[in-house]
Amino acid sequence: MSAPPLEPGSRVADLEIPPISRTILALFAGASGDHNPIHIDLDVARSAGLSDVFAHGMLSMAYLGRLLTDNFPVQQIRSFSVRFTAITPVHGEPTCRGVVRAVDRVGDESTIALDLGVVLADGTPTVSGEAVISVEAPEPRRQR
Amino acid sequence: MGIDTSMIGRTRPGGTLLVTRSRLRHFAKATGQTDPLFVDVETARRQGHRDLPVPPTFYFAVDFEMPDPFAYLTEAGVDLRAVLHAEQRFVYHRTAYAGDELTSSSVVTDVFEKKGGELRFLVSQTPVVDVVGHTVVVMHHTVAVRTLPGAAA
Repeated sequence: MSAPPLEPGSRVADLEIPPISRTILALFAGASGDHNPIHIDLDVARSAGLSDVFAHGMLSMAYLGRLLTDNFPVQQIRSFSVRFTAITPVHGEPTCRGVVRAVDRVGDESTIALDLGVVLADGTPTVSGEAVISVEAPEPRRQR
Repeated sequence: MGIDTSMIGRTRPGGTLLVTRSRLRHFAKATGQTDPLFVDVETARRQGHRDLPVPPTFYFAVDFEMPDPFAYLTEAGVDLRAVLHAEQRFVYHRTAYAGDELTSSSVVTDVFEKKGGELRFLVSQTPVVDVVGHTVVVMHHTVAVRTLPGAAA
């Protein structure tokens, strides 16, 4: 795990995702429990007036979750929220980004607020969000 | 038919999911997660965890663990093809691990519309608790129901 950036404006390393295949959509349907056929059955997608299936929003949020756990301990994440702003088509290539918005102190806990986003290769933003992460208190380290 | 403000305050039972290592590895595979923390028990233990930790968004799966998780929408006359996920929020109280049994339940906290009723939104709050009833995470979930092309208004 890399040392997390703690200054407002610091960026975490982008997480670039390979094109989302139909296999990934099928695996994610099973793994997430979201069996809505609109994501895995072309016939259903077409009957809804779409040209093809599209990825689960929660798949993009899971990629952002990887961005978080690549940079911070999973047990330090206090909250994580997103808005889905555009559909991710099958074969889409999302890139996840995070930038530190603020470093705060809440009670005896230091937290950082991260602004999060996902964009496709053509620049379309698909997800925007934020996470609050607890970070260790400044030195001297507290005794437990 | 469809969703309307009379649904605000309505509760619904959720699912119960015994989180297994196998299911977490499946989720890791589906999400391209290769960090051994999420797939290898020995790595997880070396890093101070008691088993494979649940990744941040997997909790959403708890509420799907029932025969028809979309019934609350389809029973209101919603065509599932018209449903989009609009917003999602997790507020974490503690980390869960493989071996934990988690249970969800929901209450509808808001219903509103945009674009003159073309898009209707339903907001649910869904706490996830462990076997002794302690809150693990609280999920806030907003779905948007759009008007399908050719559908009657």
